[in-house]
Amino acid sequence: MDKQSLLDLLRRDARESVDDMARQLGADADAVAAALEELEDDGVVRGYQAVVDWNKVDEEVVRAQVEVDVELDRDTGYDQIARRIARFPEVGTLRLVSGDYDFFIEVEGDSMQGISKFISERIAPLPEVTKTVTHFVMDSYKEEGIELGDGDDDDRLSVSP
Amino acid sequence: MTIGDHVADRVEQVPPSGIRRFFELAEEMDDVISLGVGEPDFSAPWAARTAAIDSLERGKTSYTSNRGMRELREAISERVTRYGQEYDPDSEILVTTGASEAVDLAFRAFVEDGDVVAIPQPSYISYTPGALFAGGDPLPVPTSAEDEFKLTPEALEAAGADEADVLVLCYPNNPTGAVMTEDELAAVAEFVEEHDLVVFSDEIYADLRYEDSHASIVTHPGMRERTVVFNGFSKAYAMTGLRLGYAMGPPEAIDAMNKIHQYGMLSAPTTAQYAAIEALRSCDDEVEEMRREYDRRRRFVISRFREMGMDCFEAKGAFYVFPEVPDGDDEAFAEGLLEAQNVALVPGSVFGEGGEGHLRVSYATSMRELREAMDRIEAYVNG
Repeated sequence: MDKQSLLDLLRRDARESVDDMARQLGADADAVAAALEELEDDGVVRGYQAVVDWNKVDEEVVRAQVEVDVELDRDTGYDQIARRIARFPEVGTLRLVSGDYDFFIEVEGDSMQGISKFISERIAPLPEVTKTVTHFVMDSYKEEGIELGDGDDDDRLSVSP
Repeated sequence: MTIGDHVADRVEQVPPSGIRRFFELAEEMDDVISLGVGEPDFSAPWAARTAAIDSLERGKTSYTSNRGMRELREAISERVTRYGQEYDPDSEILVTTGASEAVDLAFRAFVEDGDVVAIPQPSYISYTPGALFAGGDPLPVPTSAEDEFKLTPEALEAAGADEADVLVLCYPNNPTGAVMTEDELAAVAEFVEEHDLVVFSDEIYADLRYEDSHASIVTHPGMRERTVVFNGFSKAYAMTGLRLGYAMGPPEAIDAMNKIHQYGMLSAPTTAQYAAIEALRSCDDEVEEMRREYDRRRRFVISRFREMGMDCFEAKGAFYVFPEVPDGDDEAFAEGLLEAQNVALVPGSVFGEGGEGHLRVSYATSMRELREAMDRIEAYVNG
């Protein structure tokens, strides 16, 4: 069972049945199920989520990307700070990045006010944090490789040579 | 007098396309899932599309050289070395309006009245009319499911192709998905040389092989000097609507074809040529990604057919599989399926001898639609 092919497949559509995945991989369904379990057990596959176009949902969801600068000291490293930030349920994504700032955070909330409050009261006051810059997401055009908005219709001829 | 009475016999004699009839049936119905489409469901790679847009913005809207932009011919010349083919960009490559134009040019350039054109069947639907329009005499060479629709010297012999003037090859094959290996081509090459045939090798699906890489007859001894190769951007680069292909062959062959092309077409679409240069330069990853996606669908479709008890040989190229109809009547099956389950596919008999009793199933459609289509076909088979 080639795990990379299985991962490729899952990254395209994780909702396919084990049988359908097996058919596409030319593999045995039991082998696919076992490989899947192994990927999950080993922590390679951490979860499966839907890619949502929030513009099509009535409920308002506010998202922001936050740049965070930190200052390390002898006793505190990036990992320790990251662990503390990651625990907040408001934090959807947390990455250490190269460049002008240290951490990149994606935050989700019900309102701009709620997110502002979260950043100013929970993130900014952390002793190592020296600066935050919050970018509210105004619109999204592509998520996880999927273009949002109205897709193009298949306008090919229905039967062609 | 009406002009209809004056349609030339060589046009009159060609019957209406069977695909056309199926297209009309399918168009009358709503909610049809079509597995009858002979073109990719992807769009051309964005980099290629951007190059086309840029060229328009820069006002590149004139003719190009008859043979196509030199830059493009050079890029083509370099590209085809991966198939073991070597062609000089100045004298041995002609850029055409789709590979289809190249095929038509070849028929007109090499077929004399009454020349016998051997066409392995089932076959892409353009070759027989192309030979007829040129005044040729098409000779069907049936291939069979037992041989996985490969062409063998025995099949050529049995059909009388030893008397032919031209042999048309198309591997990977539309409609069957069959491919030919080097050894199998070597056997055909021997036959070709022995009987002194000209070869037209349509390799438009060269990049869509799933188990191995492309093999071309021109790399076999004695073949290059008697062969014209057709290729293009429609299938691998999903550029069907941009209409861009090319022919490669010895200088005298390209000169002859260019003579017709320069009067009939002048030059291939300029915008498409810009897109094609970029496609060759930077879109290998996209082509490979599409190939992998087709491969997954191919395996899916073949296993679904086999699971529902239909014989389906393992097609290893293009984006078609060619399963057998349970009771043998492919037209009835295809019409019944369309009516009962709104799934369109093309009956194999449309593609000539050897196609009857089979269906051409295109998997150039999304997995989601394929899954639904296969469920419906299964319901129809069991119903």
